[in-house]
Amino acid sequence: MGMTMAEKVLARASGRDAVSPGEYVTATVDGMMAHEAFAACCGILQSAGVSKFRDPDRVVVVIDHWFPAPNVQYARVHAVCRHYAEKFGVRNFLGPAGICHQVLSERGFIRPGDLVLGTDSHSTTYGALGSAGTGIGLTEMAWVLATGTLWMRVPPTIRFRLVGQPGAALMSKDIILHIACRFTTEVAQYASVEFAGPVADSMTVAGRMTISNMGVEIGAKFAFFAADAKTVEYLRGRIDGEPPTFGPDPDAQYAADYEVDVSGLEPQVACPDDPGNVRPVSAVVGTRVDQLFLGSCTNARLEDLEVATQILRGRRVYPSARLIVTPASRQVYLDALKAGYIEALAEAGAVITASACGACPGSHMGIIGPGEVCLSTTNRNFKGRMGSPEAQVYLASPATVAASAIAGQIADPRELWAGTTLG
Amino acid sequence: MARVIRGRVWKFGDNVNTDLMAPWDSISQPWEEARRRVLHIRPEFTEQVQPGDIIVAGRNWGCGSSREQAPQNLKMLGIAAVVAESFGRIYFRNSIAIAFPNLACRGVAAAFEDGDEMEIELEEARIRNLTKGVELRGQPYTPEMLEIVEKGGLMALLKERLEAGRL
Repeated sequence: MGMTMAEKVLARASGRDAVSPGEYVTATVDGMMAHEAFAACCGILQSAGVSKFRDPDRVVVVIDHWFPAPNVQYARVHAVCRHYAEKFGVRNFLGPAGICHQVLSERGFIRPGDLVLGTDSHSTTYGALGSAGTGIGLTEMAWVLATGTLWMRVPPTIRFRLVGQPGAALMSKDIILHIACRFTTEVAQYASVEFAGPVADSMTVAGRMTISNMGVEIGAKFAFFAADAKTVEYLRGRIDGEPPTFGPDPDAQYAADYEVDVSGLEPQVACPDDPGNVRPVSAVVGTRVDQLFLGSCTNARLEDLEVATQILRGRRVYPSARLIVTPASRQVYLDALKAGYIEALAEAGAVITASACGACPGSHMGIIGPGEVCLSTTNRNFKGRMGSPEAQVYLASPATVAASAIAGQIADPRELWAGTTLG
Repeated sequence: MARVIRGRVWKFGDNVNTDLMAPWDSISQPWEEARRRVLHIRPEFTEQVQPGDIIVAGRNWGCGSSREQAPQNLKMLGIAAVVAESFGRIYFRNSIAIAFPNLACRGVAAAFEDGDEMEIELEEARIRNLTKGVELRGQPYTPEMLEIVEKGGLMALLKERLEAGRL
């Protein structure tokens, strides 16, 4: 019987010919990512008497959640991270290179078919490159660092077939918000997801990363796209050797198979306080916004900045609103700088910040106050997520955020941009 | 060795996320300040919760972030266990890793009200409402999960294996 992508990865990683949903395996982990949680992981390992990692060359450490340090406490945490990276022999201490998921992807640490665990729930992003990426907590990461393995349940797989003709100003963010609304934020609880179909095939790698990133918002353990010719092209020169393709067997078994027709789909907006509380943009047009945030591992790649630039070039951010742009990585920042996007966005009135998580989890560089409204390209709008519990966060695509920045209220991007990033 | 947990129930709804259990900026606060912000959506809970109390929740308890402070904060408040309709998967794994009993049990939200007395037989995942005389069967831990929880968490298990030369 054929296997899904999750089954293939977990069979290989546990040294078996085949596995089935519901089985428990001990999987050897191919890649491990830790951000600032690395300090605590190493602290508890030392307390347990562990003096070395199983395989430090498989570990990547990135400083992103509080970079640059907003206070002395986090400056200390960063110093502890550097100390432990040296002590445990982690060569791939990338420090402040940007947001972890973007950095690992663009620097060739993610390979199709690999099992990659990170101390961050949005590690599902790696599924966009055909990799089984998922988030774990710091104690489990400590265990993985020491043993190189982790117990895992083989998940059932749900397939979403994306079909139809995308309309004007539609981005992959709109599709995943639509899925979170139509199928709920727990549709993929304990399950792996595969996104397939012609719209998935024609989507850019950046667009796929947005959807895989938010796979965790529908409960998914893994959020795969098949690694196809586009993936190979993206990975060539980033990873060693010719990148492999990777996909499910043609006769793989799915627990559910859903078709999502994007024809006629409007840009979508998630309203407070849940990523599944989604409405078409036309239903919320006119909602006042104080802050607009174009950032995070969800939607701050070059493509996203390009779309925002197309909309904002020659226009101005509304006087009483503020637009904060946080490129997903230093590489994205540099590429956007060379392409002229940074200049155009700054001329339009945007504040450009260092590449880090920043405002998304309410770390710094854009915390919102009581009564304020933020329209954001990020992944979660839980109460208090970006600052005050009395603030409101709406989620949307970079196109919708850019159009709304000009209006000072939620605006329909179709009035300013007829393009699409969906091929 | 049947482990029995008994306590008074606090009831919560669906989709209670990790950010409500551990607000981001509370992570760097001293515990005496941070504890007042755990599940602040019910201020009376935060003020009146007692060690040994049990949380009953709806669907998708602990959805969201990988922050381990979410289950850790509940454990530090003295919550003896959480029984929910279903869990966010990272939260659920984290709770096992830190030896904090969390069981999935369909029907639990309808079977309990605030203040009811619950008894849990952990190994069999038997859930009893002692106030109403109702018994439910949840989803038991696998032997491996039970071992982690019974040994006091993954780090205790790691230490034991290290000392036994089995690492």
